[in-house]
Amino acid sequence: MDKVIKDMPNADGPLNPLKEFTAARIGIGRTGTSIPTKQSLAFKLAHAHARDAVYSRLSIDLLSENIKQFNLPVIVLHSKAGDRAEYLQRPDLGRKLKKSSVNQLKEHASDYDVSIIIADGLSASAINENVIGLLHALIPLFMAAKLKLAPICFVEQGRVAVSDKIAHLLSAKLSIILIGERPGLSSADSIGAYLTYDPKPGLTDESRNCISNIRPQGLPFKPAAEKIFYLVQEAFRMRLSGVGLKDNQGLIGH
Amino acid sequence: MSYQTTIGGKVCRFDDLKTLLAKASPFRTGDALAGLCAESYEERVAAQIALADVSLKVFLTELVIPYESDEVTRLIVDNHNVAAFSLISHLTVGELRDWLLMDETTTSTVKSIEAGLTPEMVAAVSKIMRNQDLIAVAKKCEVVTKFRNTIGLKGHFATRLQPNHPTDDPKGVAASIIEGLLYGSGDACIGINPATDSPSHVMSLLRMIDQLRQQFDIPIQSCVLSHITTTLELINKNKEAPVDLCFQSIGGSELTNTSFGISLALIEEAYLATLSLNRGTIGENVMYFETGQGSALSANAHHGVDQQTCEARAYAIARKFKPLLVNSVVGFIGPEYLYDGKQIIRAALEDHFCAKLLGLPMGVDVCYTNHAEADQDDMDNLMTLLGVAGCNFIMGIPGSDDIMLNYQSTSFHDALYLRKVLGLKAAPEFEAWLTKQGIVDAKGQLTSTNQVDLYNHFGSLWIK
Repeated sequence: MDKVIKDMPNADGPLNPLKEFTAARIGIGRTGTSIPTKQSLAFKLAHAHARDAVYSRLSIDLLSENIKQFNLPVIVLHSKAGDRAEYLQRPDLGRKLKKSSVNQLKEHASDYDVSIIIADGLSASAINENVIGLLHALIPLFMAAKLKLAPICFVEQGRVAVSDKIAHLLSAKLSIILIGERPGLSSADSIGAYLTYDPKPGLTDESRNCISNIRPQGLPFKPAAEKIFYLVQEAFRMRLSGVGLKDNQGLIGH
Repeated sequence: MSYQTTIGGKVCRFDDLKTLLAKASPFRTGDALAGLCAESYEERVAAQIALADVSLKVFLTELVIPYESDEVTRLIVDNHNVAAFSLISHLTVGELRDWLLMDETTTSTVKSIEAGLTPEMVAAVSKIMRNQDLIAVAKKCEVVTKFRNTIGLKGHFATRLQPNHPTDDPKGVAASIIEGLLYGSGDACIGINPATDSPSHVMSLLRMIDQLRQQFDIPIQSCVLSHITTTLELINKNKEAPVDLCFQSIGGSELTNTSFGISLALIEEAYLATLSLNRGTIGENVMYFETGQGSALSANAHHGVDQQTCEARAYAIARKFKPLLVNSVVGFIGPEYLYDGKQIIRAALEDHFCAKLLGLPMGVDVCYTNHAEADQDDMDNLMTLLGVAGCNFIMGIPGSDDIMLNYQSTSFHDALYLRKVLGLKAAPEFEAWLTKQGIVDAKGQLTSTNQVDLYNHFGSLWIK
């Protein structure tokens, strides 16, 4: 028998010229009617990165060490979701605080302007990689505006609405939660920032403003911080957040 | 009314029909999240045993969501066909399962009871069926719809070409469309999920596809999946608007639909407006609906009804408007509703079965998100099962990676795999076009040499 034909499918495929118009996985070629080996494994690798991000943990020691530079106390909290499996199946538990965490916060209550909360969400690695860079751009803006900042809170197994309870217990006028977004195949390191004026338990999404895709290859730290700061100023001026807080300077959104 | 069965001397009671249906559901996280699922493996099977003995007539009197407070219930009750039901009115849920599986029960006999079935009856019987039962019965059903081509014929299998782009860039969308067409994708429709819902944006995408279709005389239809009010506005402002299909997501309770910003009256208005454009060449199926288990719970609008029964109720809305396409976006909603590959596969087979039995042209978006316990192997399993079950269509997405919606579905390659291993063909009119263009050969296989030439043919004419 002759050797099998080593028919190398053109890895980029004949449709390669179309690739300049989109990041979609076009022009990947075919072997028979199937996706060639190289492209098939590249897809699996992207999915593996996304899966690893979902199961990543906050590097709280390292992050806390880095946060010392801002001269703000750090509080580490936990939601009622015990582990990742429970977190994924019970979003309601990720929105609530563990009892010991509630007690911890009561000791720190004071009249703050802004409470910054950092949660793993669906990608702790997004926080591990990008939150310090974002804080670097953001906190000086708050300091310059003489806003009184609450201790920085970390939340493990947290969802966005956990920020309502935390900021309410701290007696903060406004909360900002920086949270790892659901990883996509092209990026697993996006942070979302959700801002709520007069935070208290029971609020829903229409009470918040969101800035998403914060990462160096998405919305970079400096413009992200400027957008957040703009929204914070507007929220204090108008005494509200959410659907009533519009983007009058073209600063929000894409 | 309460229901009960006795297991080893122990009486298992269920307070009402909706509780019985919920407890009889194969386990999924959404029902657990809603606090509706069975407490134990035994209780689940006990509920299934009790459910199997419930007469189908009961479903006409014990309504899971009250008639007075829900327009979907009113639609189900008011449109129920007593004559068609009389053929099966003497059966219990368990007897209906046995009857559906009988060799004597053919495609035409199943069709004859279609209008006599309610979504709740269909949901109930699905709960006592294994996956293979769901496949075997769905395969008996044939639901054919037409606009510019014919979808749903036995032995055929279509795809919705889904060329999404994060900013709706027309060239980016066009690049994915060209590639898809050259892979034989798009007979169900070319359907774009727009990143923004602005009418002018939607219109420019519609015009682009329409231009392509006319230039190359392709027997397909297009759809931009904007909110129904956006589509309606486009039609009302311009009777020449190239709107082939009118899209909307629908749910199984009035409250769910309120959360989507729609009502039955609004759908009716949009349906009539789209029909008035008279753009179909061989048929008048102009609606495209999407559904998915968990939407009612997500909108806090489930009334204590399990997510699969809520899903089946949405099909009552779909069938009123004679759609060209319906699909369950089964794995998009996330792991708090369908946790893993097993739950996604089960839900998809249920949705396909229930919709087909109710006479709908059902396709499935075979998909998952990155926080679900699922991967491409699960999708391979599911699409193969759906191909065997006679599913009308799946999605065709470049490399199965939707870069706008950030989830994974099926690729152009996947559909070709399925057509090959199961001996299925594209919609006949589209297949003829593919052959004429030299994209496929006489056997329906993708030609190996023509792609570069074809790319030049399409690309140079159109994209630059």
